[in-house]
Amino acid sequence: MTNDVLKIEHLTRTFVMGEERVHALRGISFSVKEGEFVSIMGTSGSGKSTLLNILGCLDKPTKGDYLIDGVAVSELDDANLSTLRNRKIGFVFQSYNLLPRTSALEQVELPLLYNATVGGKERRERAKYALEQVGLSDRMHHFPNQLSGGQQQRVAIARALVNDPVMILADEATGNLDTRTSYEVMSLFQSLNAQGKTICFVTHEPDIANFTTRSIRLKDGLIISDTAIKTLSASEALAALPATEDYEL
Amino acid sequence: MKWYNYLNIAYRALMRNKTRAFLTMLGIIIGIASVIAVISLGAASTNNIRAEIASTGTNMIFINPAQQSRGGINMGRDDAKSLTEKDVEALRSKCQYVTAVSPSVSVSGQLVYGTNNAPTSLQGVDIPFREIRDIKLDKGIFFSQHDVETASKVCLIGKTVVDKLFPGGEDPIGKYIRFKNIPLRIIGVLEEKGQNSMGMDQDNIVYLPYTTVQKRMLAITHFNTIYASATSEEDSELAVAEITKIMRMSHKLQPADEEDFEIFTQAEMLSMISSVTGMLTALLAAVAAISLLVGGIGIMNIMYVTVTERTKEIGLRMSIGARKQYVLVQFLTESVILSLIGGLLGVFLGIIVSYIGSFFLGWDFVLNFGSILLAFGVCFFEGVFFGWYPARKASQLDPIVALRYE
Repeated sequence: MTNDVLKIEHLTRTFVMGEERVHALRGISFSVKEGEFVSIMGTSGSGKSTLLNILGCLDKPTKGDYLIDGVAVSELDDANLSTLRNRKIGFVFQSYNLLPRTSALEQVELPLLYNATVGGKERRERAKYALEQVGLSDRMHHFPNQLSGGQQQRVAIARALVNDPVMILADEATGNLDTRTSYEVMSLFQSLNAQGKTICFVTHEPDIANFTTRSIRLKDGLIISDTAIKTLSASEALAALPATEDYEL
Repeated sequence: MKWYNYLNIAYRALMRNKTRAFLTMLGIIIGIASVIAVISLGAASTNNIRAEIASTGTNMIFINPAQQSRGGINMGRDDAKSLTEKDVEALRSKCQYVTAVSPSVSVSGQLVYGTNNAPTSLQGVDIPFREIRDIKLDKGIFFSQHDVETASKVCLIGKTVVDKLFPGGEDPIGKYIRFKNIPLRIIGVLEEKGQNSMGMDQDNIVYLPYTTVQKRMLAITHFNTIYASATSEEDSELAVAEITKIMRMSHKLQPADEEDFEIFTQAEMLSMISSVTGMLTALLAAVAAISLLVGGIGIMNIMYVTVTERTKEIGLRMSIGARKQYVLVQFLTESVILSLIGGLLGVFLGIIVSYIGSFFLGWDFVLNFGSILLAFGVCFFEGVFFGWYPARKASQLDPIVALRYE
């Protein structure tokens, strides 16, 4: 029996804007099992971003329960939420969010600096291993401005992996990348998923969602569909792309 | 969260922008350096003055006539005629704690030799004066008891007077100079002393027997000042008490009467001058401290800019598990590191400046460890104080908003 990494029940989130009440999420329920690769889709205004913030423990639901790895999030205070983010969630952002003038290795070490149980030596070892996992062991001492967009996103993925989280939360992680690089990044996500990582991937691009194992669609704060999909292989899609001469990895 | 992780995070953040970090520190560097330099140079100048005064004898005592009022009008002390030969004799015969007593009577005017002339002050003194003021002769001899008794027209002149009256370099010994038609034979030249710490030329002086000034120049019988030497610096107070008693007796004062004389000691002069230089030092240090304050505001300003500029970074840090408190401490650590390193560099710069300053002014270099310690204390305080609000602003950011900040 596989565990529920994520369990959401009757989740609502209402924002109060002056007199008006905006219902971003109107009561949604779903759960994600360990090893799933879920895409969350929806147009802007569908509540996708709000859901992502709640899944990432950056925001709390107005009503409803949210359990991550068996922990009820709504009962936690700010400090414990921070610890939860640090230990259980790995974020990957659309705009990479790397620190300027900081080497790839130090970027990846960053989450471990906020983890008092990890010492300096272990931190370095784990950061190196995470960079190896994303295929950047030869770029450890490069600064972001010396890396391509795809490489920068892979540094960000390594940073998300380094704390060995129960779930990787990707927010439009391919949004800033061209098709070929997007496929490469998706191929990396697929191989991480194959190693057992649970991934929630927020996107509005259907072709990217095709690389996941399950697709949840949101509209106006409600889930309109939640289906298992026939997963395409990103590496095959990559091979099928017309070759370009001016592109080098 | 371990403390060295905070240091590590803050250090990495600062190293990302070395130029800005240095420029921010510059305000603190200059502030601390000027405080250290002012205090150090102030102490050096005070020491210098003390040493100078001590070299003329810390056991010297002056007795002046008191300022007198007649019918409500303050007559000043120059007209007072209260100090006389009788007082000098009484002090010489009765004091235990006084080794030497000399009357002094002064007159200013023009000295003439050939076609040269010089304005100077003539000080008529007795032979013990040489011991009290530790007068050294460059050449010639001091006047004798016989000269004093006969009011001889002899004198000893200082270097400045020699230069003015004998610009050709001829030997002044044995020459006659005139003061108001009175010819004075030069019997000695004083050793050069230079300016004192108040900028007064100590070589523009002529010494002669006090009887000569009293009888031949001013036709008076009183003195301007009586100089005395206590047996030692420690005995100064005893000597003053003794002199007071004897002078009161000599002047036949009733217990209820006010004294018609005033006694000063070199030790009092010393503390007076020290308090003046101390006040000046404090004033300058206060001005320097203002620059320190400005430096602190510079840190605050840059930290605010930094927080705004790094909003996205703060959002990221929060999303990967930095608590509000970690962000606060990180930015606080950054500002404290900036101000402490600035303080360290400032201390070095201040020491160098005061060392060079002392060297060129010819003073002994003094390092005040108290001021260095204080400087570090102030730096730490500034770092925390001026870093607090920017750091708080950083820690209060909403990670959701901060992450999407452009």
